[in-house]
Amino acid sequence: MNPGGFLTSLADGLLIGVVYGIAAMGLTLIWGVMRVINLAHGAVMALGMFGVYLLFSGLGLNPYLSLVLVAVAGLLLGMLVYYLAIVRVINAPYLSTLLATFAINMVVIGLGTAALTTTPRDTGFTLGSVSLGPVTLLGTRLVAALVTLIVTGGLYFFLYRTRTGKFVRAVANNRAAAELMGIPSMRILALSFGIGTMLASIAGGLIATFFSFNILSGEVYQQKSFIIGVLGGLGNPVGALLGGLILGALEGLLPLAMPNTWVPVIEFILFIVILLVRPSGLFGEKE
Amino acid sequence: MSAILQVERVTKRFGGLQALTNISFTLETGQILGLIGPNGAGKTTLFNTLNGVYSPEEGHITFLGKNVTGHKPYELSRMGMARTHQIVRPLKDLTVRENVMTGACFGHENHNLTAAAHIADEIIDFVGIKANPSMLAGSLNVAQKKRLEMARALAAHPKLLLLDEVLAGLTPSEIDGMVTTIHEIRKQGITIIMIEHVMKAIMNVSDRLLVLDYGQQIAEGLPEEVVHNPRVIEAYLGDPNMARRLMEEG
Amino acid sequence: MNKNTLFHPGLWLTLAVVALVGILPIPGQDAALREVSFTVLVAIVTAGSLNLLMGYTGYVSFGHVVFYGLGGYIGMYLLDSFGVSLPVAVLAGGAASALLAFLLGKGILKLRGAYFALVTIGVNEAVRTFVSTFEPFGAATGIELQFSVYKAYGGAAQALWLVYYMVVGLALFSVLASYFIKHSKFGLGLMTIREDEDAAEVIGIVTPDMKTLAFVASAILPGMMGVLFFFKNGNVEPGDAFRLGVSIETLVMIMLGGQGTVLGPVLGALGYQRLRGFLLTSPLFKNTQLVVAGILLLLIVLFIPAGAVGWLRQRFPWLRKVLA
Repeated sequence: MNPGGFLTSLADGLLIGVVYGIAAMGLTLIWGVMRVINLAHGAVMALGMFGVYLLFSGLGLNPYLSLVLVAVAGLLLGMLVYYLAIVRVINAPYLSTLLATFAINMVVIGLGTAALTTTPRDTGFTLGSVSLGPVTLLGTRLVAALVTLIVTGGLYFFLYRTRTGKFVRAVANNRAAAELMGIPSMRILALSFGIGTMLASIAGGLIATFFSFNILSGEVYQQKSFIIGVLGGLGNPVGALLGGLILGALEGLLPLAMPNTWVPVIEFILFIVILLVRPSGLFGEKE
Repeated sequence: MSAILQVERVTKRFGGLQALTNISFTLETGQILGLIGPNGAGKTTLFNTLNGVYSPEEGHITFLGKNVTGHKPYELSRMGMARTHQIVRPLKDLTVRENVMTGACFGHENHNLTAAAHIADEIIDFVGIKANPSMLAGSLNVAQKKRLEMARALAAHPKLLLLDEVLAGLTPSEIDGMVTTIHEIRKQGITIIMIEHVMKAIMNVSDRLLVLDYGQQIAEGLPEEVVHNPRVIEAYLGDPNMARRLMEEG
Repeated sequence: MNKNTLFHPGLWLTLAVVALVGILPIPGQDAALREVSFTVLVAIVTAGSLNLLMGYTGYVSFGHVVFYGLGGYIGMYLLDSFGVSLPVAVLAGGAASALLAFLLGKGILKLRGAYFALVTIGVNEAVRTFVSTFEPFGAATGIELQFSVYKAYGGAAQALWLVYYMVVGLALFSVLASYFIKHSKFGLGLMTIREDEDAAEVIGIVTPDMKTLAFVASAILPGMMGVLFFFKNGNVEPGDAFRLGVSIETLVMIMLGGQGTVLGPVLGALGYQRLRGFLLTSPLFKNTQLVVAGILLLLIVLFIPAGAVGWLRQRFPWLRKVLA
């Protein structure tokens, strides 16, 4: 195997992994703030994919511009879902929130399948490629990585430099105490859920610039988000990003050593092993 | 009379926090040991460590002649140790009778359901839970839940019973009733360690007292001695009511 | 076991419901009706078995289908490659699932709550993706039974009826098992774990062993059912065998009927499958079956989490005598 091929696979994997990382960040944020496992995450990602696709193929809108619209839609959708389904059971045993988000997933996928069918879609979007020495990188991947950095930076800025962001961290840390301090926890929870789904829709939109997809594709990426989330430590957004890099690297490199079909098996076994051996993840849960 | 429990230099840490330091005492069979100390002294932590919920970082615990340091709660229960919790833990969706039956079924006597049901009804009577045994435990009031917790522990016919603040929140007459029950329990040959804040009762009931403060053992011995121990008084001076009562009742 | 337990109206009511569903197609030898009953009975067994883990012990698994799929695959493999008889294949399927549950149990049952739920999804996906690559099991295409296999049972039509009778038997057995476990010392222990696992340990319950036993018990019947289902189907593929949707639907059925009761999963399975059947055949709802199921699930979760039987038992305590 030539070094160029190896490095290209690695770099490609890392760049894709970083996008998975955004989705995982959303999932882990929701868990960290309100201890809810969002089983509708994949569905939102799929909506993000369709959002970018439809705006691009229908209106010719540049995917990266539609990403902004998709992000806002994701935020609003998340808050809507929170008020519809989650608010009533936020303090109930975890099974209720799991099933509530799953029910939303079923509804979205059901409606989506009816409206959009399961025909695979492809934006056919390309930005050519760039060669750096022995490594050839696709333009879409590089831009996606850039977008990821911007989004991550934005998230960091929001959480650590704005008042609302501080409220989010307070509620994540100790909801009861935050309420006692006058923080409107209900609204913060809805916002946090919305930010989580916003990240999911952004990730979905970016994936649409790489790969073909249909309404059911979100499921696969949701599973990746779980694996990454657990790898990085549930509740730890930075861990999620790092976990995304790790998973991306694995997905890039493993096919060089084994048949493609074995990669998911390895991923799920890794998932189980981490949960059993180090449930707080490689980088620790952020409280 | 032999030692049913031997605790040697038991130390328990939680990260940087030293919860228990070098606790050592011997408990003779059939005795009642009162465990007192200001809030946060580590009394419940000590129970948790004896009971297997926590594993001590240092030290040994010997129960019925066997080293049980670091053993799991169910292993200790099977040997004959039972306990109640400070914040009661009723099995809410099970009936009162079923709650008590669990003690008989899974304690060291390991009864079948039928025998356990008989034992449960006896104990419910003995402890004085005035509720229909077929009621769900979740519907009891707090005082009844405390009795239920005790009944569940007693149903196992334990050799050693750890009682964690069974008198808290009771009226004076309820306290008297409970103290009588505790004397009855001792008459059955059960050894007891009691955590209590109700000074009058614990002075009355205990053969010996063990005093904890900030996880350290500051006194151990006969109640009359312990209560006049200057270190004990100092520990309670933070709580003037306690100190006054100690002086009055001592 | 005393007289009161044996003659509890709740047990007989539940058995009657299952028997009714089972007997319905038999007098007229109606194949179409048989298919309907078959689906319901499979759901009853799957829901009843998951109820042991979820309703009695309080451990919610999202990967229950893995036992169904794995059992099915083992059974089909033996039927196809070694020509074993159906009963042997069925037992082997059950045993394989039980073994998987036993091996995994001690490990994954250490996790609680949502972490446990997550890991069960992982287990299902890991097994599914593994089977998809495993050549002896036909990898992605799965195992297809040769038609000649049915000859040994007097032809395909006869074989289908044979499978049906076995399924009826398993369904009745599952009700009996659910009931007697619930009223046994084992059941009391499980429910104690459900109510307060830490208190259970203090009381003396050896929780790791008991949970593993419950897990194994919950795996056997689905394993056996899987063999019967796929034998009847003629083939088994990874996508069909390990569908996450099946696990979720099973959860919905249990919640709909009432988790932790004996009658609940039965009614829930019956209700859900009839609803599903209605939606699939109704021109109006054909494409929106998933949407309707999702809305139904959401309504149950938000407003009647105790399910039908659970709600009835809470609202009318005297009904406890009749609804087990």
